Amino acid sequence: MESQGGKTKGWEGSAGAKEREKEYLYWLCKLALLGAVSIRKLYEYFRSFEAIYNMEERGLRKTGILNSRQLAALGSWHSHFSQCRQEYRGLGERKVRFVTPLDEDYPQRLREIYDYPMGLWVKGRLPEDCIPSVAIVGARGCSAYGGQLAREFARILAKGQVQVVSGLAMGIDGAAHEGALEAQGLTFAVLGCGVDICYPASHYGIFNAMEGSGGILSEFPLGRGPLPHHFPMRNRLISGLADAVLVVEAKAKSGSLITAEQGLEQGREVFAVPGRITDPLSIGCNRLIQQGAHMATSPGDILEYLGVKCRKVLILNEKNVNGLAKKEKMVYSCLDFTPKHLDEIIRSCGLGPGECMGTLLELELGGYVFRSANHYFGKKL
Amino acid sequence: MFSKVYSAGLQGIEGYLVQVEADVGDGLPGFHMVGYLAPEVREAQDRVRTALKNAGIRLPPRKVTINLSPADIRKDGTAFDLPVAVAVLAAYGMVGPAALKGSAFIGELGLDGQVKPVRGVLPLVSALRDLGWKRCFLPVENVPEGLAVGQIDIVKVKNVKQAMEWLADPGKIQKESIHEWLLAEGSQGYAYDFCEVNGQRLIRRATEIAVSGQHNILYLGPPGSGKSMVAQRVPTIMPSLSREEQLEISKIHSVCGMLPPGKALFNTRPFRAPHHTVSLQAMAGGGKYPKPGEVSLASRGVLFLDELPEYRREVLEILRQPLEDRKIMISRVNGRYGFPANFLLVAAMNPCPCGFYPDRSRCSCNERQIRRYLGRVSRPLLDRIDLCVEAAPATYGELRGDKENEPSQAIRERVERAREIQKRRFQGSGTFFNSAMGNRQVKQYCPLGAEEEDLLQRAFQGQRLSARGCQKILKVARTIADMEGARQIGKSHLGEAVGYRSLEEKYWGKEG
Repeated sequence: MESQGGKTKGWEGSAGAKEREKEYLYWLCKLALLGAVSIRKLYEYFRSFEAIYNMEERGLRKTGILNSRQLAALGSWHSHFSQCRQEYRGLGERKVRFVTPLDEDYPQRLREIYDYPMGLWVKGRLPEDCIPSVAIVGARGCSAYGGQLAREFARILAKGQVQVVSGLAMGIDGAAHEGALEAQGLTFAVLGCGVDICYPASHYGIFNAMEGSGGILSEFPLGRGPLPHHFPMRNRLISGLADAVLVVEAKAKSGSLITAEQGLEQGREVFAVPGRITDPLSIGCNRLIQQGAHMATSPGDILEYLGVKCRKVLILNEKNVNGLAKKEKMVYSCLDFTPKHLDEIIRSCGLGPGECMGTLLELELGGYVFRSANHYFGKKL
Repeated sequence: MFSKVYSAGLQGIEGYLVQVEADVGDGLPGFHMVGYLAPEVREAQDRVRTALKNAGIRLPPRKVTINLSPADIRKDGTAFDLPVAVAVLAAYGMVGPAALKGSAFIGELGLDGQVKPVRGVLPLVSALRDLGWKRCFLPVENVPEGLAVGQIDIVKVKNVKQAMEWLADPGKIQKESIHEWLLAEGSQGYAYDFCEVNGQRLIRRATEIAVSGQHNILYLGPPGSGKSMVAQRVPTIMPSLSREEQLEISKIHSVCGMLPPGKALFNTRPFRAPHHTVSLQAMAGGGKYPKPGEVSLASRGVLFLDELPEYRREVLEILRQPLEDRKIMISRVNGRYGFPANFLLVAAMNPCPCGFYPDRSRCSCNERQIRRYLGRVSRPLLDRIDLCVEAAPATYGELRGDKENEPSQAIRERVERAREIQKRRFQGSGTFFNSAMGNRQVKQYCPLGAEEEDLLQRAFQGQRLSARGCQKILKVARTIADMEGARQIGKSHLGEAVGYRSLEEKYWGKEG
């Protein structure tokens, strides 16, 4: 066995031959039963994807790489080859690229991991190898506070020219993408389904924006739906594409912890945002810190680790309230980072409902206050 | 011999004159009734014959023919028993025609000759009075209703024997006198009061605005946060009933036989809360010969729809026309019927199927479930709801607090002041409330200063309001300004109105 990372280091033959090889690889990647590692091992054995296609079942069985189920599936998969080739040749029209380790621009970070994908469907761009990159992950059902934090971290990191990688899921993931987009930085989503499917559908806005300001990647073929077992697999790519993994909010049992764990295996640095010990959404993060993860109390901590210079000390704190009118200060002082119901605010600030609502609107439009799902208001970071 | 007696029939919620003609002649003895009759009217022949017999009146065997005219309108109900009996007596010559002059008869007969109450007496007697009748004979139970109409003498009839004696000697007829309590106006007699609602400042405020400008309102909130409790008390802060309103409400209830026993007029505004399994016909009014539905029963009061998304879609869609026109038209083969439907819509719902969203520690619904749940309320219906507020989860301190809350009386006085301003503003325009303003009126009556214009613009962009949302904000802001007696809409009025609006935009906004 050669050392990792050396085996499929770009193509050294002619471009035409490479295209041929990629067509066969495309065909192999479309077969759901074959994993990235199996394909890689086959390639190492036969030295060509075309050879794998042409090999009879006996020859494949001899390698001992595939089990009988996989062999049978591969045998019957031959009939789909022309269909796969047609799809491959039509990718350009659909604005999708198929990137393989044979290509020069296959992300270097992925080549470093053990089970790097043999094919990536990409919409938009690929993460740059020479720009630092951070994965921001966390709970789907995050709190309003967690969402704000993710957005703020992503925004400041993106401002510092850091690429933000996440998984487009509800909650923290979506907030991180939004934050990076807000700062007009690069942000990448690794999906658990084909890149032609937007899951969850409610993130269609982000999904669309990211095509122009980053990219969407997946190792699953076009049209493949978001199946539950895809997600742990895609988590390894999220951490794989990053130099550091930041976990914002995670329950005791969470997919984000899988990402963090895989990040550690891949040699990535793990950061976690600490929380109150009684908060169910902070148990996962606090445990990570207990086990030796970095504590992230401001985006500056991560920037510092990445060696990115930042001009000022970054401390997340409430806004400066000097410019506010007296009434606005009164209302603002009753708020918290955890959103409160309007009724509670009215009770504690001593203003009438009408006045209080008017003032809150001013504060909201001024960017001091955010409104979570409905009549709940909280201080903005 | 031929005789003619007058009575009245119901069409929709209006009465019309019916002539009951009887003829006794030669031929095979028999009793025939004609005139486009429903089965229950045709059955009158058996009731009348038996009742007369049991009252000790012997009718010689002759051929009796009864005609109810106009003969092309279908007659139903049992109110024609008494006039038929009287017509028969007159045709036999047992009652003189002089006694019948200017009199009308309404009532059902029992086999023993007793006169029983019927429904719809209020509109029936009103119609008779309007047509110039001077005297109406009514069953005992219906007398208060008849008296409430006024300007017509009411005579109570216990049984058919008594009716005959009186008609034989008109001098003995005793008319009923009007009781004081019948004429009492006002909003007395609500079983609930706003002072029983603890906390919920926001909802109290929003409700007051809703009633002041007749804006339809939607309450959102977790189960048990007091949505229904507040809704029940909405009628208590509506302005006191005028005499016309009282009559209108009572008429509809009279037609449906829903007047409280022994009472003639409603002195409270109706509060109708149909269950969410309600059928289309029950909501809108229906039947081959339509009766008023919930929307009409709630007229001049409150129609409360609890668990709004649970209602069948067609049932909610039917509300759109009455919400615009303040009345409902029901078309049937035999004609179009118009019923009033001038109600304030109060709706309540949970923010998600389990009810606890956005409290994620208790709510286990996913985004899709929540969207689907909210999606059951159609956009066009939401467009007719101006205010949308969220109930705060109740805290123990507020629940048990013995702080004195403001009673309905005080709120009602403020509401009446705000309504007075609107009445003056819209005099002669056919509009009565801020909520009913058209686009042109909004432009005319809701001018904004430079600062306010700026605030609205920023809110429009910042909260991604829709054009329609903007109109509603202006209408609600107008009402809030009226409540303070301000001529000009100020920044605080506008800010508050935006607050009630943006909740809806958030839940049902374009993004979804």
